[in-house]
Order: sequence, then structure tokens, then C-alpha cells
Amino acid sequence: MLTDSQKKNLLIDFVLFLADTNLILGQRNAEWCAHGPILEQDIAITNISLDLIGQSRNFYQYAAKLLNENAGASQLPHNDLTEDSLAYLRTEREFKNLLITELPKQDWAHTVLRQLLYSLYSQSLYNRLLNGHDVQLSAIAEKALKEVAYHIKWSSEWVIRLGDGTDESHERMLIALQALWPYTGEFFIAATYETSITDYNVIQQEWSEKLTPILIQATLEVPQNVFMQKGGKQGIHTEHMGFILADLQYLQRTYPGAEW
Amino acid sequence: MKTFIGKQLYGDFGEQEPGGEIAKEKKAMHDEDAWPLWEVFIRSKQGLDHKHAGSLKAADAQMAIENARDVYTRRQEGVSIWVVESKHIHATNPGESESLFEPAEDKIYRHPTFYDLPDEIKHM
Repeated sequence: MLTDSQKKNLLIDFVLFLADTNLILGQRNAEWCAHGPILEQDIAITNISLDLIGQSRNFYQYAAKLLNENAGASQLPHNDLTEDSLAYLRTEREFKNLLITELPKQDWAHTVLRQLLYSLYSQSLYNRLLNGHDVQLSAIAEKALKEVAYHIKWSSEWVIRLGDGTDESHERMLIALQALWPYTGEFFIAATYETSITDYNVIQQEWSEKLTPILIQATLEVPQNVFMQKGGKQGIHTEHMGFILADLQYLQRTYPGAEW
Repeated sequence: MKTFIGKQLYGDFGEQEPGGEIAKEKKAMHDEDAWPLWEVFIRSKQGLDHKHAGSLKAADAQMAIENARDVYTRRQEGVSIWVVESKHIHATNPGESESLFEPAEDKIYRHPTFYDLPDEIKHM
């Protein structure tokens, strides 16, 4: 049996996993700002980016509250943690985001496909939180699910448009699918802190059932027998992670406490 | 010999490529004719009319609605969106303004301002 304090530590790690994953994907998508293929889509992808960062803020605020209540039990030496200190002052190994979120943004095909793969997963995950015991997580999930539904609609239409588009767009979608697929296995391997998610096999099935018709319409075939990467949930990251954290954290680390 | 001079701005190129193929690709994507123009109409709340909000580029009607959602309603400006491809809108010719609109100028009696309204009527 776990003690209450152990349970709380697991919950904190789980909330940080949700926060980190959304923050890093939000940061990656924000790299499109002023680089979008067309003005309207530049705004669309940065809107999604802001949705994700908004979700991460809700999770960070909750994590900070839990950590402060639990002061002393965390690895961090303070009891006045905030959403900002969690986002800006933790190190690579402390971040628990999924590996797929930290991969470079590459081209539009990679970006829209990654959004689809992740959003379909987060929709199933948030539905578990919505119906779970934790009132705070349930409230965050309820708000986020409306945003996620739009992200799925937007990204699935792009995947179909490019997959079933010109020779070049189809080719680029295929390259993106082959590059990103090895990072989808990690979605469904429960980390020790994911005690409230007990049915990852069902989540995986849901995910496949939602994804397959989209890929069929996009004339894309799912890669078979692929070696699946993992480690992000445990803080073991790709070589890209340090660079994105440097981008994200540079200002707060160079000018501690700087404000707008 | 013709020299082509273009202004280049931050963000025109990817991080690695110094123009070349990428620059050509970007030009193709930004080609004026690549995606048609759409006019966007937004209803700000139930009961009000849709009002013209602006225009944007999109490949099809679905994308035009989504683009309009992202461009014109991100600050809660609307509850409903209409889009119509700009080419389907027919307009008056500015050259005919005189004959079309000026004859109304001296017909002020068409404004209902010559009646005494009872006080009980609030919204006129």
C-alpha cells in the first residue's frame, strides 16, 4: 500500500508530465510564428500553441500548489514554487514531456501530423481525467477537451489535404509519418506515476480507431514493425531537448525574476 | 541586363537555407493566385446581423471558415461565421455613384423625422 505522501508525489509527477508535454509542444509550434506558410495558417498554428501553453499553465499551477503543500518532499529546495519556476527553472532530466513534443518542427507535414497524433492521444487521456476522482484535473480536462477537439479537426484536415494532395505533399507526409511513428509507442506505456490511468490498452485502441480512417483518407499507410522510442515520461530525452530548454529558459536564467 | 532587386525581411528564409530553392518555393506558396480570396461575415451575438469583418485566403470553404475562426474570432468577436468566395460578390460601379446615390440627397422627407412620436414608444 502506498502512503498518502507517496500517492501525492506520484500525482505531482503525473501533473508535471501533463504540464511539460503541453508546454514543450506549445513552444515547438510557436516556432512557426512569422514563419507560417501563409498568414492565416501562421495565426492558426500559433493559436493552437497558445491553447497548449494555456493548458500547461493550468497543470503547472496545480503542480505548484501540490508541491508547496508538500514542501520538503520535492527535489526542489523551495516551498514558494510557481508555474513560472516550474517551467523556467527545472532541468532537462526533471522534464517529463513525451519525446514526440521536443522533436524539431521540420516542415508543415511534420507539424500537422505531430499535432494530430498527440491530440488524438490527449483527447483520450483527458476524457479519463474528466471522469476521474481528482476534481482539479477534471476541471482542467473539461476546458481543454474543447480546444483539443478543434486541434484534431484542424490537423486531421491538413493531414488529409496533404496526404491526398500532390506528389510532393504526399511524399512529405510519408516522410513525416515514418519519422514520427516511432515516437507514438511511448504514449501508451504507463509511467509509475500514472496510477489513475489504468486502461492504456483501451486508450491505444481508441487512438488507432480514430486515427486509421484519417490515414486511409489521406492515402497513408501505417509503418509496420517499427522500433518504438521511449524515455520522455521518465526524463530521458533526445538531443533536441537541451536546445529547446535553452530557448525557453534563457531569459529567466540570465536575468532571474525578470518581468514584462 | 535586368537586375532583380527584392526587399528581404526577417523570416523570409529558413534557418539553414540562404534562399535558393527555398526562396523559389516560398514564392510559389505566396503566389497571389495560389488560394482564392474569401469575404468573412461575423455575427457578434445572437439576434444581430452578420457583418462584414474582412477577407482572407483559403483553399476551400471549410478552410476559409477555420481561418476566419482563427483570424477574426480569437478575441470572442463572434458566435457565427459566414464566408463567401469574393468572386461571387457583385458590386456597384464607383463610376455610377452619381446616378445611383446622389438623387436621394434632396429627398429628406424620406426620413421619418417629421412625426411627433408618443412618449410611450421607446425604440424608434
